[in-house]
Amino acid sequence: MWIYWANDVYRVGIGSFTLFHFFPDAFYNAFHLGHRLAEGMAWHFAFAWLFAINGAAYVVYTIVSGEWRYLVPNRNSLREAIQVTLYDLHLSKTHPPRRKFNGAQQLAYTGIVLMGFGSLVTGLAIWKSVQFGWLTWLLGGYTAARIEHFLLVLGYVGFFVVHIAQVIRAGWNNFRSMVTGYEIVSDEAGQ
Amino acid sequence: MSEEERVTPPAPGESAAPQQLNPPPAEGDSLVEREMARKTRRSFLVGGIATLVGAGTWEWLDSRRPDGGVQWPLRIGLRVNEQFWRDYFSQSRLARTFGPGEVESPRQNGNIGLDEDPDPHWKLTVDGIPDAEEPLSLSMADIQALPKVELITELKCIEGWSRILKWGGVRFQDFVAKYVPGQIDPNSYVGLETPDRDYYVGLDMAAALHPQTLLCYEMNGQPLPSEHGAPLRLVIPLRYGIKNLKRIGRIVFSNARPPDYWAERGYDYYAGF
Repeated sequence: MWIYWANDVYRVGIGSFTLFHFFPDAFYNAFHLGHRLAEGMAWHFAFAWLFAINGAAYVVYTIVSGEWRYLVPNRNSLREAIQVTLYDLHLSKTHPPRRKFNGAQQLAYTGIVLMGFGSLVTGLAIWKSVQFGWLTWLLGGYTAARIEHFLLVLGYVGFFVVHIAQVIRAGWNNFRSMVTGYEIVSDEAGQ
Repeated sequence: MSEEERVTPPAPGESAAPQQLNPPPAEGDSLVEREMARKTRRSFLVGGIATLVGAGTWEWLDSRRPDGGVQWPLRIGLRVNEQFWRDYFSQSRLARTFGPGEVESPRQNGNIGLDEDPDPHWKLTVDGIPDAEEPLSLSMADIQALPKVELITELKCIEGWSRILKWGGVRFQDFVAKYVPGQIDPNSYVGLETPDRDYYVGLDMAAALHPQTLLCYEMNGQPLPSEHGAPLRLVIPLRYGIKNLKRIGRIVFSNARPPDYWAERGYDYYAGF
């Protein structure tokens, strides 16, 4: 956000009509984000490496351990994800199947990994737009790559909001299972 | 307690509906509860420590003494990135060029070093030429004696905007070939300053000698306007706009890194694509 402060070109609108501007001045003032572009970039390009290494380690572990089987969506995932969404919004009373990860989770947790990869690729296309000119070209040019990188940021914010809301909704037993890796399941609910 | 009654681990990571257990018999319930309480305490302790270590690292980094306007560990990060990308750099990779129909109108963003009107008796001083005793003083005619090059490239500002502009001038490598005789150390640097020395940039030699690095006297087919750096400016599409110094007064060849205005204010010295 220190980086986006400097030239806030992003908005939602058509032509000269702006519905929403990313981000309003009040946002930057509230969090003291203004005039910190240089500092923001220094953090960004130190932690980009950590982000890449951490992401690669996660993917390698998921593949090697076989955990990917729970996470990668299959042909039922989309249908199930719609079912989960309708149930969670109280539009349907059909309880989605109880498994380690349901279809909505499979799509979300695989999608977030692909988004992370997308951030690395679009980021590299912006950061080294001459050395990786072919990549910038593939992504539609320098300006397009910047917009794609930014849309992914919005995607993370959306993921975060839904994720936290779902954890709160699911309650203590679920949160404890996220942290410990164990959950107590009673007989009746477990089948 | 049989194997089935034990609390078995699902895969690590988040899980909304982890593995199921067979129903523990009544006497097993308290065992399971106790085991779960133990695991919960341990996991939350580990998680808490991990959070504190993360927050502590952030605090520590954030409170470090500044080196060139940014916390010194982050400055080291910028330097490491620079070394990495200087190794990866290749003269043969070119910045994208555009067609005449894609040229945009310029945008003026900085005026440091441009307080006064351009001097009609402007001369370019060239200092630090290997084996030369005196600095060289060149006129605009000396610059224009070199082959003219036109290039349509995108000027990218570090703050996030960019403009496609048409430049007219001479290649820096042609300038060096003609006016800087002798051996140039490929690991040396070039510094450029405005006549009043208010603005200054440093470049590594590889970037300076790249075929798209120009000394320009024209923009979008017109003589360079004052606010865009008349009479002569640097155009280097391999670097952010901050390095594209307007109104050159002096060029210095140096084995040490020349000072750089924005690198003293927290930015990356390299600032290269």
